[in-house]
Amino acid sequence: MFSLSEQPIVEFDLKQSVQDVRAGAICVFEGRVRNHNDGKAVEKLSYEAYAELCVNEAARILAETRDNFDVLHIAVLHRVGDLAINDVAVCVAVSSVHRDDAFKACRYLIDEIKARLPIWKRETYADGSVVWVNCQFCANNTHSSYQSVVAQPQRSNV
Amino acid sequence: MSRNKTVHIKYFALLREERGLAAESIDTEADDLAQLYDEVRARYSFSLPVDRMAVAVNDEFANWSDRVEDQAVIVFVPPVAGG
Repeated sequence: MFSLSEQPIVEFDLKQSVQDVRAGAICVFEGRVRNHNDGKAVEKLSYEAYAELCVNEAARILAETRDNFDVLHIAVLHRVGDLAINDVAVCVAVSSVHRDDAFKACRYLIDEIKARLPIWKRETYADGSVVWVNCQFCANNTHSSYQSVVAQPQRSNV
Repeated sequence: MSRNKTVHIKYFALLREERGLAAESIDTEADDLAQLYDEVRARYSFSLPVDRMAVAVNDEFANWSDRVEDQAVIVFVPPVAGG
């Protein structure tokens, strides 16, 4: 299950949604809004998503995860709209029979979600400046990793 | 000779701000998606070059060398920053 949410993410609900009597392990990752980025104090931020493509690409990522790891259930929720410091931006929950697959699947999911889903972050800093993260023309990080991940979705397991 | 096509472009994030709107339909003679982006980028002075972008057609990622199809829904995808 993947969805976008305009409401605050309740991590407990996500954990409940993957529980299973066969599961000996549930692994949950929360990505949170931190108060600094690139040495600047972050005041607030907002996420914008291309929802239809997010849903389609997330379905591929979840299918890859099921192909590569022995998992029971997967739940992924990503916030959109305005967020404050310490809000949960994304939450990934995975259940599996044994812990190894839950840990690895959780890591695979969050890495691919960050690299591939069409979601953009607009940060407002304490000095009043505003930036679409990763989108500055002169930025050093050219996002070549993003391009290569898109071109090769069947990444080998770590 | 290139055939005239109508495409429906949706803009997100930085591109939406630079264009000043979220969607439009345009007529183009561009053969492939890279040509189409170059055409639109030149017209509206988008800051990001094609090699910083990805592209989607009809809600699926596509390749820059894919042909521009009449009535396609096209989104130019700036560098993402989810999570």
